[in-house]
Amino acid sequence: MIEYINNYVLVSIFVLLGLLLPVAALTLGRFLRPHRPTPEKGKPYESGVEPTGSSWVRYNVRYYLFALLFVIFDVETVFLYPWAVAYNQLGLFALVEVLIFIALLLIGLVYAWKKKVLTWT
Amino acid sequence: MAHWLSQPLSWTTAAVFLASAVAMLLVVLLFVTYAIYFERKVIGWIQLRRGPNRVGPYGLLQSVADVLKLLVKEDVIPDRADRTLFILAPVIAFVPAFAVLAVLPFTETLHFADLGVGLLYYVAVSGITTLGILLGGWASNNKYALLGGMRSVAQMISYEIPLVISVIGVVLLAGSLNLKEIVAAQSGGFWNWFFLKQILGFAVFVVAALAELNRTPFDLPEAESELVAGYHVEYSGFRFAFFMLAEYVYVFAMSALATVLFLGGWHPPIESLGFVPGLVWFALKFAFCVFFLFWLRATMPRVRVDQLMTFAWKVLLPLALLNLFLTALVKELVA
Repeated sequence: MIEYINNYVLVSIFVLLGLLLPVAALTLGRFLRPHRPTPEKGKPYESGVEPTGSSWVRYNVRYYLFALLFVIFDVETVFLYPWAVAYNQLGLFALVEVLIFIALLLIGLVYAWKKKVLTWT
Repeated sequence: MAHWLSQPLSWTTAAVFLASAVAMLLVVLLFVTYAIYFERKVIGWIQLRRGPNRVGPYGLLQSVADVLKLLVKEDVIPDRADRTLFILAPVIAFVPAFAVLAVLPFTETLHFADLGVGLLYYVAVSGITTLGILLGGWASNNKYALLGGMRSVAQMISYEIPLVISVIGVVLLAGSLNLKEIVAAQSGGFWNWFFLKQILGFAVFVVAALAELNRTPFDLPEAESELVAGYHVEYSGFRFAFFMLAEYVYVFAMSALATVLFLGGWHPPIESLGFVPGLVWFALKFAFCVFFLFWLRATMPRVRVDQLMTFAWKVLLPLALLNLFLTALVKELVA
């Protein structure tokens, strides 16, 4: 139990230190860097020409479909990790079960494949 | 480290933990400084140039000069940018990069947190960086940044799937998610290292790791010929530096992870070479992985965006699942 807590204390120290470095560096930099804003500097960069329209443009709907696929398979891995750790004790039955599970998700992938979601045009 | 981890928590142990974390931070910053220098040198040599050779002896202070220059650059935040998110994004991208280092073991005794779920922790935490990149691209209020951010995220999430599934083969063989136990399972000569037993998984891992790191040939998020720079177009000065830093800290983390998972960690290639300290073996394998990344950058052209996405879903994912199935089947038949 002590080791368990200590391990996570150490992990939290890493996270805090990771937060501290950018905060410290950017605060330190504030005293070193110039600050002379002009209206031109505040404009978004568009290869030197005047920016036209809003910058929050529409983007390809495919990104959304990829995000959906990602969620499906990422959740799958969440189930596969504990299965892989415990596989030594579970044996053949668990293998068949996982195969059925993967096959169900693969049907989704094949469906997306057939619907040409995976082809970027 | 194991000694301190088993002590009850007191101010002394907390101070030791803090000191070790600070030491790790310094080591990583030093690594990043000289990895960038070394990368430019290696690519220079491959292209029959000299690489950086002006600042300091052999150009050794080039990266230091670059960092100082970034530190005194004006910090421009576009007028119509989402200020809060714009400031947060580089931090969100960097923190996970450093946090994943907490679980990497370098030798039997030299390691930090010895988590039972080490590998899962690495995979889960490293995924958060994607969020920082998306926020950075979106908050900049710039078309190129938004497109670059979207493309970057699409690439990173697509390749994350084969990456995490390819390492399940290693978990199956080692029967543990603890990185120290995974290394322990590879002792006794290089034929026991998992890159041989998991040759298919290793191949998928290498390709997917390259794409996760946004390195050539998968550096589309930073395709300067079409997207100016990608998600960090509007970033300048040290905010930009933190995106770059996160990228190179991931080079460190991913090379160390590849060494731990597939190249036997600190184990010597043959037993009789055991008199050489484990840290040397780890450093050699680690250095090879880092060099491999630089070597590829000088060799490969960038892939096209349509090839990129198709490759992840139609080739790598089925291969990773096949590897998983074969590993489980072989294990079932042999055991």
